[in-house]
Amino acid sequence: MLTFTIRRLLMSIPTLLFIAFVIFMLLELAPGDPMSQMPLTIPPEVKEKMRLALGLGEPWWVRFPLWLRQFFIVEPQYWIDAIFGTNFADGAQRIISFQSRSPVFDTIAQRLPQTLWVVGMSYIVGVLIALPIGIISAYKQYSVFDQTGTFVSMIGFSVPPFFSGVLLIVIFSVQLKWLPSIYDTTHVVTSWDSFVFQLRQMIMPVMVLALQTTAQVSRYMRASMLDNLSQDYVRTARAKGLSESTVVMKHVLRNSMIPVVTVIALGIPSIFGGAIITEQIFKVNGLGQLLIIALQGNDIPMVMTITFLLAVLIVVMNLIADILYGVLDPRIRYD
Amino acid sequence: MPDGTLPVLDVQDLKTVFKTRAGEVHAVNDVSFHLQKGELLGVVGESGSGKSVTMMSLLGLLPMPPAEIRGGRVMFEGQDLLTLDPKGLRSVRGARIGFIFQDPMTSLNPVFTVGHQIAEPLRKHMGMSKKRATERSKELLELVGIPDAGRRLHDYPHQFSGGMRQRVMIAIALACDPQVLIADEPTTALDVTIQAQILELMKELRDKLGMAVIWITHDLGVIAGIADRVMVMYGGQVVEHAPVHELFANPQHPYTSALLKTIPSISGKRAARLTVIEGQPPLVLGAPTSCPFRDRCAQAMPVCATKVPPRYDVGEGHDAACFLVDPLEVAHAG
Repeated sequence: MLTFTIRRLLMSIPTLLFIAFVIFMLLELAPGDPMSQMPLTIPPEVKEKMRLALGLGEPWWVRFPLWLRQFFIVEPQYWIDAIFGTNFADGAQRIISFQSRSPVFDTIAQRLPQTLWVVGMSYIVGVLIALPIGIISAYKQYSVFDQTGTFVSMIGFSVPPFFSGVLLIVIFSVQLKWLPSIYDTTHVVTSWDSFVFQLRQMIMPVMVLALQTTAQVSRYMRASMLDNLSQDYVRTARAKGLSESTVVMKHVLRNSMIPVVTVIALGIPSIFGGAIITEQIFKVNGLGQLLIIALQGNDIPMVMTITFLLAVLIVVMNLIADILYGVLDPRIRYD
Repeated sequence: MPDGTLPVLDVQDLKTVFKTRAGEVHAVNDVSFHLQKGELLGVVGESGSGKSVTMMSLLGLLPMPPAEIRGGRVMFEGQDLLTLDPKGLRSVRGARIGFIFQDPMTSLNPVFTVGHQIAEPLRKHMGMSKKRATERSKELLELVGIPDAGRRLHDYPHQFSGGMRQRVMIAIALACDPQVLIADEPTTALDVTIQAQILELMKELRDKLGMAVIWITHDLGVIAGIADRVMVMYGGQVVEHAPVHELFANPQHPYTSALLKTIPSISGKRAARLTVIEGQPPLVLGAPTSCPFRDRCAQAMPVCATKVPPRYDVGEGHDAACFLVDPLEVAHAG
């Protein structure tokens, strides 16, 4: 297992380099100008100088290795320096956003907590709701519970967040006035009251996103449970006189989790990139919103870095899913 | 080795139906049989004759719905298993009545070690500690002839061959020293040499442990080798029941005779084609009103279409459900 993990990690290096190159070239070839949002009163020759100042005068074979150097060497050095007080970076140039002229990673570090709180929480809530629903739906197939679950999943699959989000705002903020419609990013939890406020502002975005996660994961869980409930080993377990809870929650569940764990692990990268619309609706200052603004402003370093981070997450989560597969299923051994 | 005392298991008029869209399938119709201590009862019949369903009905192992047990009595240790609540049934299953299933490749849970799966009933029914259960599991694996048992306890089912897995299944079934072992076609999925090994093992274990065995199969050759008594099933009914030698020497029901004729002989001229019983076994929709074998029977009479033949005694411990052996009919004909 260890050799497998190391081999996979080594193999992911060329994969990630290739992904970085593809993202870079796509952005390079895409139309658009970082100066396009500058006021029209700025003369073209000044704009040209600004372009050169951003390093856009250099060809891609200079800029791409430079970005790689900044991403893989300078940034880690900087963060090590920041934590341990060392001086590896020695004032080297970090990745700088075209728009804000501040380091890209500083902005990401500011935005990450919002995203993790709202989107990450919604994923956890979604999965925690989905698993029991999937298990009960399968065990009581075609019961009222199962039919209701199927119906709710269908809604979760088919109603997009830009509809369900606005609907929730109309009901709970505009009509009932129970919950705030805007997520206050600057809010700091210091006391019980402020914690309650934080919960209240999180409820709607979390629910909108959790609905989607629940819909997907509960369907997978149900299908996987149904698959296993009809297996011969379940009959054997019952013939041994084990209680229904042992049969279902131990024998069947352990087998059913194998494919579901993969689905859950592979869904995690979407936490960081998939909530763009929901973040816009509830005004959550998260990574999704950051990416959208960077795209609109042709902020190439920012787009490049966020996209590449997502790619890294996807590769890592794939690896984790594969390892979990091996842990859960003894038939799969990677040695 | 029947000893003539009270039977350990006594089944009376068991009736099981499956509710399907096409109607009610009567899979088990008034099946009665008993099992003596230490005896091996063979149950034979084609696929779909109700052999397995009968045995699964005894212990509530059928999915309900669609299955439903309509009536009968299953006396075991002085109590009727059909009236027990689920908890009571669970304390019998795996503890005092063991089960072995047909396909060893899929009957074990792939994600738990073999040792864990053997220890489960031990810990559940006998309240053994983890350590004690592991020791006992090792003994059981040795009992069923798995070499290097101590190490193999930690292996997973996929690391065992088909025959070895069936040995593990037997070890699980024997774990709590059951009075009755129900083996549902335990050798069907195995190749012939492994089948012979498992048969030897079962004979040996039965003599050593003195439990009663119900052996379900469609292989008459197997039955001839190990059974004390044989029960032939067809269309969810017992059509003939006799001591094993009596059945092979003197079959009374046309179905049994036909079955025996289908066994290819190794002596004499090789037959150009294997003998078959023409037609398909019936799917009994609705309560049976006639002899189920009537459509395929060469000796069918008008009376066969009008009522279900009861089981007539035709000799010492021998009965057959056929109007051909009805004493009154025989008297009429004579």
